[in-house]
Amino acid sequence: MLEPARPEVEPYWSAAGWWVGLRLSLPILASLVLFGLAVGAAGARAGLSFVENLAMNVVVFAGVSQMVALEIWPQTFTWSTVATLTLITAVVNSRMFLASASMHVWLARAPAWQTVPLLYYLTDTSWLVSMRYRAEGGRDLAVCAASTLFIVVVWLAMTVVGYLLGARVGNPRTYGLDLVMPVFFVVMLVPLWNGPRRAVGWAIAGFVALATERLLPGWWFIIVGAVAGAVAGGLLEERRQVAL
Amino acid sequence: MSATDMSAISLQSHGVWITIAAMAAATFALRAGGFLLMRRVSMTPRLRAMLDALPGAVIAATVLPLVLRDGVSAVLAVGVALAVMAASRNDFLAVVCGIGAVVLARALPV
Repeated sequence: MLEPARPEVEPYWSAAGWWVGLRLSLPILASLVLFGLAVGAAGARAGLSFVENLAMNVVVFAGVSQMVALEIWPQTFTWSTVATLTLITAVVNSRMFLASASMHVWLARAPAWQTVPLLYYLTDTSWLVSMRYRAEGGRDLAVCAASTLFIVVVWLAMTVVGYLLGARVGNPRTYGLDLVMPVFFVVMLVPLWNGPRRAVGWAIAGFVALATERLLPGWWFIIVGAVAGAVAGGLLEERRQVAL
Repeated sequence: MSATDMSAISLQSHGVWITIAAMAAATFALRAGGFLLMRRVSMTPRLRAMLDALPGAVIAATVLPLVLRDGVSAVLAVGVALAVMAASRNDFLAVVCGIGAVVLARALPV
């Protein structure tokens, strides 16, 4: 699996890529449906109108941060509550900054009308699907687009249904669906495997995240752990390539 | 009418929309920010290696604390899914088996 000098292929679009992107995204369907229902129901409980709930899912489109914000959604707004909700959203979504940075290799030469929607609707899942496919040598941008579109369509449909069902949405834990997303993420490690050196970076990421979780509140452990692991993993990989 | 009265009136009628717009702006700034930063940074082999290592690092940093927080059933789900994926290279099958394992583990009286 040592391929230090794979010839760089220009990104392109193909009709077949749409099916590949859809196929690679399918394993998260159950979790996407359930999480969408839960966030839609949270919108209803928080007292959003149908249009407000739909608009939030169209323009914010970041489920975990919406869930956290809707948990503390106020009945009357002050500039202080607006600032608090915005800050919480930014902190929960700060990992998207890292995903966005690594999407640059994919999108650098694409025109803005493709780049802007793909970045606007960037999610952990479409990012991981895209990076896994890229790590295996794929360069078809239709794969990114299909994964993104699949998630947008399912998400908007399910948040609408969840809003209408409201309190009747049950507990995801019953069927183990709360674990689909973490399990899918871990499964994605297998195609990203590139020898034990890369796993050293992952281990550093995991342990730094665990330590950070004990020291800092909220979601900082993802950012601190990921940056530590990527820097360590990158330095190790660079040393390997120099040694070859 | 003072400035604070003005802001109170506009927040009362448009607070939800102002908050949604602010949340959307913050999120898009993050989703575009990394990409825009990389346009200004010259790509070196070292930086490329770090970005290549990033997806796995994000996964490890996200999942390890969450799984340990969740306990034995989550560790079991992740272990089963990893084993099935390594053996079959089928991500769909791996997720189904991992979730199947956790459903069984939670149903059993421990």
